[in-house]
Amino acid sequence: MTPTPSTTPAAPVTGRPASRRRRLLAGVAVGAGLLVVACALSLVLGSRTVSLDEVLGGLTDPDATGFGEAAVATRVPRTVLAVLVGAALGLAGAIMQGLTRNPLADPGILGVNLGSALAVVIGIAVFGIASVQEYVWFAFAGAAAASVLVYAIGSIGREGATPLKLALAGAAISAALSSFVSAVLLTRTDVFDVFRFWQVGGVGGADFGEMTHVLPFVGAGAVLAVLSIRSLDLLSLGDDLARGLGGRVGLARAGSGLAIVLLCGAATAIAGPIGFVGLVVPHAARFFTGPAHRWLLPYSALFGAVLLVAADVVGRVISRPSDIQVGIMTAVIGAPVFIWLIRRSKVREL
Amino acid sequence: MSVIAAGRVRRRRRSLVVAVALAVVIVALFLLTLSVGRSITPLGEVLAVITGQDVPGASFTVGRLRLPRAVTAVLVGLALGLSGSLFQTMLRNPLASPDIIGISYGSSAAAVVAIALLGLGGPIVSVIAVVSGLAVAFAVYLLSYRGGILGSRLVLIGIAVGMMLLAVIDWVLTRADVYKANEALRWLTGSLNSSFWDDVYPLAVAVAVLVPAALVLGRRLEVLQLGDDSSTALGVPADGTRLFILIVAVGLTSVATAAAGPVAFVAFLSGPIAARLVPGRLPLVPAALVGAALVLAADFVGDRLLPISLPVGVITGAVGAPYLLWLLARSNRKGGRL
Repeated sequence: MTPTPSTTPAAPVTGRPASRRRRLLAGVAVGAGLLVVACALSLVLGSRTVSLDEVLGGLTDPDATGFGEAAVATRVPRTVLAVLVGAALGLAGAIMQGLTRNPLADPGILGVNLGSALAVVIGIAVFGIASVQEYVWFAFAGAAAASVLVYAIGSIGREGATPLKLALAGAAISAALSSFVSAVLLTRTDVFDVFRFWQVGGVGGADFGEMTHVLPFVGAGAVLAVLSIRSLDLLSLGDDLARGLGGRVGLARAGSGLAIVLLCGAATAIAGPIGFVGLVVPHAARFFTGPAHRWLLPYSALFGAVLLVAADVVGRVISRPSDIQVGIMTAVIGAPVFIWLIRRSKVREL
Repeated sequence: MSVIAAGRVRRRRRSLVVAVALAVVIVALFLLTLSVGRSITPLGEVLAVITGQDVPGASFTVGRLRLPRAVTAVLVGLALGLSGSLFQTMLRNPLASPDIIGISYGSSAAAVVAIALLGLGGPIVSVIAVVSGLAVAFAVYLLSYRGGILGSRLVLIGIAVGMMLLAVIDWVLTRADVYKANEALRWLTGSLNSSFWDDVYPLAVAVAVLVPAALVLGRRLEVLQLGDDSSTALGVPADGTRLFILIVAVGLTSVATAAAGPVAFVAFLSGPIAARLVPGRLPLVPAALVGAALVLAADFVGDRLLPISLPVGVITGAVGAPYLLWLLARSNRKGGRL
């Protein structure tokens, strides 16, 4: 595996800059089209499939009484949440892979999710928090602490943070944190009963009120992401070269690190820990865009939203009448991709 | 006597001393666990119960409650310590222990599905757990095979498989009612809370078969360390031997997981600790003994010493993870490879 994303599977992007730009813009349009299709399916499919009339009724008439309309009305916030969380995680994954120059980076694999999880469990058990606007702060604190810890441990040594070392440090931190999580859960059945539904990562039961609490954080994260596009491109050249070209490496790291914490923390607070989206999506996006972050980031956000909405729909359809939470779907889809990435990489570099 | 022979004698003597010392520690912890509980039973009564006499009161608390639990702890520890050491030596990677590369989660996931979704119980759950552990081990092994097995590739693939299985366990937990889910939670952490005599017998039989097999294969493993070509030349075919070791090691992990859930980090910790105690030798026997001592001690701490009762897996997890981090940091600083 190459430590620099700049040499990871870039599609052969040839041709004149203008036509390349046009093709990349066309890709955004196709991605947006896919997202619309996925959202439409998300409104129509579920434990009850509804007709077009009922969809329109559910969307336009707030007082609709039919089952179909009611189903659509609950699916609307759910779909919006999936779009929001998917975009946030896709974006966070792309920044994370750029920042750590690590193709295996993902909030789940690097232990950031479990950092949030432990903080939320402590919040529920000790401070009695119960609402998303309170979850958010604990999730942020946990995500930030775990990220710093994993990065610090993974980057000790001469070679710095290699993919292998970071992934292992993430696994180790996750193992440690999960045993503390179980320690709390096993002694507090009441906490466990709340937590087990949060922990699987799901977008069911979404409501717009909760979303408005995390929206500012996702927005701030996205703004920071846009601001760090240039420095991420610079960082991908390596620290020395980036510094030589006048980049302020420390500041760039801090800014994009903050973006990751905001995006992951907000997504995790509202939907629970969802793994592998941040891993898979940037790889898929890079296949179309190549390494340049000004295309990679929007593509990742878009693909993340598509993936999460699609995974949620599939989870609902294959286990009717209940549903399989989206976090479980992404783990089942994402782990094989992770394995494929490892198998494909060169032995020496792992 | 030549210098080499003298060194060999010294090492053999040291490993004997270590083994005896560990055995003494295990016996002491064993008796402590039997004697100290919510009430303290005098050692005389404990010994009387063990030798089969009928002691009013103690026959129940010690004989029915504490003894099967302590025996399970010893057997699970032996199995995990031995299995971890076999894996780590064979794959030449301290991280390649069965709990880290997802094999324990294979057994737990199958057990959770069997209990919570299929409504099964009893010995059939153990059988399912063992078979699934084997299946997951072979899947991880095949997935990481690419013109040879590379330790770090196997570890990362194992971690990914483990995460996938964990998602399955989490999902099953949301489907069960909270009481049943709490019961299934032990399959996530490892616990001796429901160890009774009925469950000890299959575990004891499996350990009695697998431990000698592991020790016999251990001699071949030592030959295997010389490299594939040399070991084949010495009459130990490399691939076949590896397959047998894998089966025995996975079998040990799976029966232990079936009995107590995935007790975190015991397999991972035992080998390195044993290697420190007995440098320069393949530390199979000491690793097994260290495993038994670890599980006994962690269960005693979790169940008797803490103000709230915690299952053994939480204690070993809390102890083991810092060691894993230390191992990472140390090998990073040395610039060495894991």
